[in-house]
Amino acid sequence: MTVAEIVHSRGNSRENLIQILHDIQDASGDHSLHPAELQELSAVMAIPVADIVGTASFYTMFSFRPRGRHVIRLCESPPCWVMGEEDLRSALEARLGITVGQTTPDGQFTLETSSCLGTCGVAPVMSIDDEVYGNLTAEKVGQILERCAAQDRA
Amino acid sequence: MSRPRAYVLVAIDANTVTAGAREVKNRLSAEIGRRGLGGEVQVVETGSFGPADAGVVAAVQPDGVVYGRLTPADVPRIVEEHFFKGRPCAAFILPGERPLPAPGAADSRRVQREGRIVLDNCGRIDPDRIGEYIANEGYFALGKALTQMTPGQVIEEVKASGLRGRGGAGFPTGLKWSLCAPVKAEEKYVICNADEGEPGTFKDRLIMEGDPHKVVEGMAICGYATGATRGFVYIRGEYRLSVERMTRAIAAARQEGLLGANLFGAGFDFDIEVRIGAGAYVCGEETALIESMEGKRGLPRLKPPFPAQHGFKGKPTTVNNVETLANIPAIIRNGAAWFRRFGAAGTPGTKVYTVLGHVNRPGLIEVPTGVTLREIVTDYGGGMKSGRFHMAQLGGTAGDLLGEAVLDVPLDYDSMQAAGHSLGSGAVLVMNESVNVRSFLHACMRFFLHESCGNCNPCRNGLRILADITARLKTGTGYVDDLECMEQVCGGLKVSAFCPLGQSAAAPVLSALRYFRDELQEGVGTASRPPARSSGRFSAAPRQRTGPWPSA
Repeated sequence: MTVAEIVHSRGNSRENLIQILHDIQDASGDHSLHPAELQELSAVMAIPVADIVGTASFYTMFSFRPRGRHVIRLCESPPCWVMGEEDLRSALEARLGITVGQTTPDGQFTLETSSCLGTCGVAPVMSIDDEVYGNLTAEKVGQILERCAAQDRA
Repeated sequence: MSRPRAYVLVAIDANTVTAGAREVKNRLSAEIGRRGLGGEVQVVETGSFGPADAGVVAAVQPDGVVYGRLTPADVPRIVEEHFFKGRPCAAFILPGERPLPAPGAADSRRVQREGRIVLDNCGRIDPDRIGEYIANEGYFALGKALTQMTPGQVIEEVKASGLRGRGGAGFPTGLKWSLCAPVKAEEKYVICNADEGEPGTFKDRLIMEGDPHKVVEGMAICGYATGATRGFVYIRGEYRLSVERMTRAIAAARQEGLLGANLFGAGFDFDIEVRIGAGAYVCGEETALIESMEGKRGLPRLKPPFPAQHGFKGKPTTVNNVETLANIPAIIRNGAAWFRRFGAAGTPGTKVYTVLGHVNRPGLIEVPTGVTLREIVTDYGGGMKSGRFHMAQLGGTAGDLLGEAVLDVPLDYDSMQAAGHSLGSGAVLVMNESVNVRSFLHACMRFFLHESCGNCNPCRNGLRILADITARLKTGTGYVDDLECMEQVCGGLKVSAFCPLGQSAAAPVLSALRYFRDELQEGVGTASRPPARSSGRFSAAPRQRTGPWPSA
């Protein structure tokens, strides 16, 4: 869908802006908001680009930098921290060869941290795209990443 | 039409899906079909049963058997044993799990009702089928309110019930409604606050995933009472399953004429839309939530005016938490006197808690107000998983850090307030002695520093100072007056932060100072605070500092 179509489907009104930004980012192919699309959005909705960027940058789910095919979000809230989040972070960083906020050179994974994902009963948790993984250990993280990579190859 | 002789209810919620519940459910359907039992045994999706770390959980009704830790590979054996041969498969029965009574079982229904108000349908009905909700007295309360009560009577009933907001602040719900009701406006709104971001809290998620129609019904009743015709559910962007289930519930209610125009022929119109957040903790604050719903940055507004006068799009708006609204149908159906039979006298009803951390059985519980922390840890949480009880944080990261001294204080709004604490959102994070208070506080401050919207100075700078101090304490290099400095910064936050985010960020620090001061003191080293640096921009002489605020 083009930006104009997305706006049309949600309704061209300021109160739908967050949902429209979600839709544009979901359709972007690299989980991010592109300058050209925000320009177009600005023209369609008659909202200054600075205002749109200001709004989007407030929310952690939006990114202005292209992200990998899969976005890993490691929960770093206190309940997960208590159950061993720091070990997971080291394991993920070592395994992927990147630090939090970066994307692997092959463009497969982006590693981010996140506030509470609301699945604290199985802490520590991380999500890969829309899937949440719980009761994690450094070992399990390795298996999950391998499975993810294998699915991509298939 | 023939009725199945047994139902397998597979809990599909965020925790069980993580453990592979969908695969198990699909395998169950396939295996039952392969055995030719399709007409006799029906597989149903339901909400959470409560336990959060029991893997995939499923109950068989009316047999009253609960299976746990299921994998797809276990399915053929269960189908063979339980449904083909007709005897429960002992190997997979979840120990210690009391099966929920089947819907319609005469006397067990009463027992059930006495323990649970909000979660009575969770784990018993298919949340995607409105008929199952209606069969369990669903939408009766809406009908009763619309056909037998005036809006004023509904408000009086809610007031008389003593229900207080379950989002954390504990504001009396009936009073909140009565502030909005008399305001004249061309349009009024009801907002259900489902932006559940408080770390450790996932009760609202499981209510929406397990019994979404209860929230829909509560909102419609609120709309009738306050004179609102449109409702919005603002759900966190991360809660995909909640969004799906709420959206389907709203569509089904509309289909059945339980939302839309002229409900119950009483001339009352009401409809609901779902709005999705995009990741901002501060949007749980009601005015920030409204800003976000208007498509803007989620910055809290100055109060007053309160949303009851000036809310969404400047119109009178009532904002209630998911759990609060889920209490409403039962109160209207059974009356305020019935509701007051539960829990503590001053703050009646039940409270839904999520118990987590170092306990044997983390998960979701609904208990009468007034049970103690000790009971929650030992009776409901199954005791400590390892080690000795050290501390618990009640009400999420913005909650107080409690020591053993508080284990026996009844958990209701009044008793906790008398003890100098707040009840908060319902998260109970239990920690053993392996968790160091100083490091834990640092994790809390790191969270707040990240989530502060940065709009007001006390919050933006105060949290930076607290994060720096706790980082020093964590490594044992705190300055000699760091604890006093923390106390002062927290005092400043409490009185001068613009919104509850900054004000409540002081809670874990101040309570830690109260119960764990010795432990915090261990993080203090020998170094004094370095003298404040002057930017040199305004005067050549270094400024005299009177407060503890270090310069940047």
